[in-house]
Amino acid sequence: MSTMTFVQACNAGLRQELARDPDVFLIGEDIAHYGGMFRVTEGLLEQFGADRVIDSPISESGFLGMALGAALSGKRPVAELMFIDFGLVAMDQILNNIAKTHYMSGGRCPVPLTIITQGGGYRGAAAQHSQMLEALFLHLPGLMVVLPSNPSDAKGLMASAIRNDNPVLFIGHKQLFAKKGEVPAGEHVVPLGKAAIVEPGSDLTVISYSYTVELAIQAASEFAGRVEIVDLRTLNPLDWSTIEASVRKTHRVLVAHEAHGRCSVASDLAGQIQLRLFDELDGPVEMVCAADVPIPYAVELENEVLPTTKRLAAKMREMLS
Amino acid sequence: MPGETPTAAQFFRRMIGLRHLENALTELSAAGHLRGSLHLCQGQEACPAGACAALQKEDALTATYRGHGYVLAKGTALELVVAEILGRATGLCKGKGGKMHLFDPEHGVLGTNGIVGAGVGTACGAALAAKLEKTDRIALTVFGDGAINQGHLMECWNMAVLYRLPVIFFCENNLYSEMTPLSRSHGNPVMTERARGFGLPTATTDGNDPFAVYATVIEAVVRARNGDGPTFIEALTYRTTGHYQADPGTSYRTKEEVETWRARSPIERLRQSLGEEATAIDQEENERVAKAIERALADPVPAPEEAFTAVFA
Repeated sequence: MSTMTFVQACNAGLRQELARDPDVFLIGEDIAHYGGMFRVTEGLLEQFGADRVIDSPISESGFLGMALGAALSGKRPVAELMFIDFGLVAMDQILNNIAKTHYMSGGRCPVPLTIITQGGGYRGAAAQHSQMLEALFLHLPGLMVVLPSNPSDAKGLMASAIRNDNPVLFIGHKQLFAKKGEVPAGEHVVPLGKAAIVEPGSDLTVISYSYTVELAIQAASEFAGRVEIVDLRTLNPLDWSTIEASVRKTHRVLVAHEAHGRCSVASDLAGQIQLRLFDELDGPVEMVCAADVPIPYAVELENEVLPTTKRLAAKMREMLS
Repeated sequence: MPGETPTAAQFFRRMIGLRHLENALTELSAAGHLRGSLHLCQGQEACPAGACAALQKEDALTATYRGHGYVLAKGTALELVVAEILGRATGLCKGKGGKMHLFDPEHGVLGTNGIVGAGVGTACGAALAAKLEKTDRIALTVFGDGAINQGHLMECWNMAVLYRLPVIFFCENNLYSEMTPLSRSHGNPVMTERARGFGLPTATTDGNDPFAVYATVIEAVVRARNGDGPTFIEALTYRTTGHYQADPGTSYRTKEEVETWRARSPIERLRQSLGEEATAIDQEENERVAKAIERALADPVPAPEEAFTAVFA
């Protein structure tokens, strides 16, 4: 094991896969010579050369389209969207093309393409640089979506994403990037589609992912042993069996995430759990999410909109009483 | 056929076969046997015939929803394309893609596309892969004058020049973006001027003459294979049918204009020069198409559970 930050773990995952497979290459804005806005790709140009780590112009639709073409031509591209918010200018490539090609081709054309990006608020980056947009990418079939919450998962899920023969969207979080954690030395792979129980508990299941897992752990500290925290890690494919086992154990469910609540992972899971496990529930599935307004700039406003430890703790208290 | 300079008879065969296919599909559509939209390329047949003849099997191709002619000219079997268009389990994409989404990686066909201009990035990516792997494979992407106004294209043009990609941007300029003329959609209708602004070498060719198209494309192919980067080609042509089966193509164009272009039909031009030989080829292709359709109509439809497969690899 070695201690490293989330960013260093992402970098280690990329380094591991670049070294392992000569078909892997990286393309994105400021990733090569500059080393990446958040240093995720630092040193990779120097180690692997300009054919493996490619600076792109600010043309998200263009370079994602190219990544698709390269993936259909025997390569295993990793394209970086500097902010997930910038992915919105490339939605046609991502959702109409990358996500649908395998299906439309009747299975003839696998798309081994990874899109790495980051989202999230709490840093005053305001409405166009703070969003958690995973629900947009989950709504349409064809994209795998992973959101690691810690350095070990970041490295291991990065490896799985790149090795997978499907398009995978890997979403980091600004608030996690500097967080340190233990990461297995040597080859490290975390399978896609497997949730983790990060805190076992008896009376309430909190389903979460990404940075909100950390907030949930802090919020649950005053309810020792009563709150079970499920870190989904992968949103598509979803690890339903872990969710189901936890619901059957605690009979109360709170879904907590930073994305807006409407048409969200939380509203989807609330629906699915109530449809499939209604008799197991002692009360309605609750949600703590971002309020349904754009993410504001001033800290007083942003804290009002995004989930906080305080808000999560209050909801847990209410559900446990 | 790809890679060798075709004879007039070979070009005629390719084009008349495509014409027979479209005529047969039009009948099937009118009789209710076809689902969705049918985008014909009548009048433009010299473009796929000429352009694909300049490519090798390994070269990549992306095309538009009007791109079935390119897919066939690239080497994909007629039977597979027909079965796909008829929504059969035996189709190229097992009935999941349909007319607008044809994929055949074995022949370098990386997709026809329902979104205007969207396949251009795919072709650039195939060209990038070829360059990274140090092969002499190239890519050709087909789009229309309408796609010139898509931002995605301009992003790709810039990157193709920046990375010196072995890609050919082949623009079928048929004067109408769907139902709107250039005068109402293009601030600057001179396609090559726009492309030159991005640093692309350009060429304009007679898109109703397969020999002219071939000669122009093969020059760009040689440049691309030699590492000299991308080329923009404008092929001047005209769609003598409507945008799709429900558009007669007459409300936004004069009859005289359509007739003028009909008289320039690449198929009729070659028919006259070939004489008797053309009659025999015409008949053979007509029969070949009829047989493929007959066979596809008898083929099984997809099993309902197939709807749920292949979302992921």
